[in-house]
Amino acid sequence: MRLADSLWTEWKIALRFLLDNRMQTLLITFGIAVGSAVIVFITALITGLQANVIERTLGTQAHIRILPPDEVNRILPADEVSWSLVLESPRAQRLRSIINWQDIRDVLDQDTQILAVSPVISGPAIARRGVARASVALLGIDPPRYQRIIPLANDLIAGRFVVGAGNAVIGKELARDLGLGIGDKLRLDAGEGREAVVDVAGIFELGVRELDARYVYLDLKQAQTLLDLPGGITVIDTTVAEIFEADRIARRLARLTGLRAESWMETNGQLLNALSSQSMTTEMIRVFVGISVAFGIASVLAVSVVQRTREIGILRAMGSPRGQILRVFLLQGGLLGLLGSACGGGVGWGLVQVFNLFGPRLFEIPVDPTLVPLAMLVATITGVLAAAMPARRAARYDPAVAIRYV
Amino acid sequence: MSEPTIKRAGEVLRLDQVRKAFNVGTPLETEVLHGIDLSLCRGELAALIGPSGSGKSTLLNLIGLLDAPSSGELYLLGQATRDSDDEARTRLRNQVIGFVFQFHHLISAFSVLENVLMPLMIRHGKPSSADIELARGLLDEVGLSAFADKKPTQISGGQQQRVAIARALVTRPPLLLADEPTGNLDTRTAQSVFELFHRINAQFGCAVLVVTHDPRLAADCARTIQLVDGLVVSDEANPSSR
Repeated sequence: MRLADSLWTEWKIALRFLLDNRMQTLLITFGIAVGSAVIVFITALITGLQANVIERTLGTQAHIRILPPDEVNRILPADEVSWSLVLESPRAQRLRSIINWQDIRDVLDQDTQILAVSPVISGPAIARRGVARASVALLGIDPPRYQRIIPLANDLIAGRFVVGAGNAVIGKELARDLGLGIGDKLRLDAGEGREAVVDVAGIFELGVRELDARYVYLDLKQAQTLLDLPGGITVIDTTVAEIFEADRIARRLARLTGLRAESWMETNGQLLNALSSQSMTTEMIRVFVGISVAFGIASVLAVSVVQRTREIGILRAMGSPRGQILRVFLLQGGLLGLLGSACGGGVGWGLVQVFNLFGPRLFEIPVDPTLVPLAMLVATITGVLAAAMPARRAARYDPAVAIRYV
Repeated sequence: MSEPTIKRAGEVLRLDQVRKAFNVGTPLETEVLHGIDLSLCRGELAALIGPSGSGKSTLLNLIGLLDAPSSGELYLLGQATRDSDDEARTRLRNQVIGFVFQFHHLISAFSVLENVLMPLMIRHGKPSSADIELARGLLDEVGLSAFADKKPTQISGGQQQRVAIARALVTRPPLLLADEPTGNLDTRTAQSVFELFHRINAQFGCAVLVVTHDPRLAADCARTIQLVDGLVVSDEANPSSR
């Protein structure tokens, strides 16, 4: 007998048993559907939320920043026969350029894991307009390259994204604090008599108050002059394709360049921690919903096995092997899981669409096209597993006893 | 150990000193059958009678391979069965034996025709058109061809029992076992179901063993085996039978 022919009978009996107990089947399918809908919706919601949070966080910062190594004191080692006691005071970290940054930039440009490379010079200054003063961070950038790290042009609320030739782009908060508009003049004082007057060409809003109040974008050359680092840059910003690989890539870049490489994962440790706790909570909800669905299926099938004791006895008497009875009930479990999760998956997907259309619209939940099929697969397997105990019981019935069961 | 037996011509069933005890090894151990010798040949129609508790059902379970004897040997078509495993017994049940039970025992989720086809579906999956033709022929034989697509719950008790008989015959078994097939039916219906057993026996030539309480129906059979307290007390041909 071929397996396909044999399974034909199992399918037939399983389907008929399910259809015969219409009410039971309907109720448990509804239960499974609710469970699957919750799992699909919450998974999509949390995945979407986390993607959104990460996107917003990374929208205003580089994935990996390459910095010059810290300046440290060099302490001569003592010779072999003597001891040396050292009293060390840590060195002040002055603004320093990355040596040979053009070469490093070119090497990084070739790296397949890195999407964008942008050399930046940044340092502190005081911005003045009349008597008003504000402490700011000067950022000298190469606009086309920087644009690929932080798409600043998209965040402009006034003017144009132009730096160089005495133009600067400033944040919304700084503009408000100093009462600046497009075309107004701004005096920048980087200390030790290095001063410049620039025109405000554009005003941006990144949505992060600290950045909107402090960032002043200039072109590389003007910033280099102000910060007294002619031809130098202080940091190389990069973005990578695999954002969760940033840590590993950063370590590789540090070894490659001999410089310090900080990934966003390092600087946003708390955020990642929060995200992973959130993932764990979601995982727990999924597991517990899954367990209750499994118990639902198991209990319905356990009742069904008792109800059909006599019929199982007859099937066995007519020559149905134990394995066939086992498979009939395993199939029923799998079918219930599949049917329930197909309905529930559809409902969950619908809930996501409703959320996207009528929800608070803070963010869009994208639905991974594999989510619903995956949920159905897991539910089907869960159904088969849940059916294992009742099915074993049915297969072990003594036909002589089962036939006389009333 | 029983002596090796020589198979009689056309012998379908042979019991050799079959004993059956329950709760073996406990203080409640009771022996229900005390050494039964019996044989049944192709074409024979035998009634098994006896008072309640005489061991009829136990004997029928043993013959139907739903249970195994504690000692002795049971041969089906000359093949010893006592030591065969569950899988082999299950296969033999499907191939050699047709069952008819007291309470019809059709499967309510399937139509009348599908119930008749069930032993074939168990044996080889999807029924062929020849299988379906055979099942329809048997339904015709028991006078129920018009009810093929009805559910078992939609037909009467007597009709259900006829469907069960058609089902038992669909594998063309050499041995048909019936456990009080008329016990649940009124006298007239019982009579007509019994008529059917006679007709089948004559037509298909299978050995038929019917457990019954009804002495009139038993007297109608060619052979009557009487069981009392786990022993065969009489086994004789009926001169009055047809």
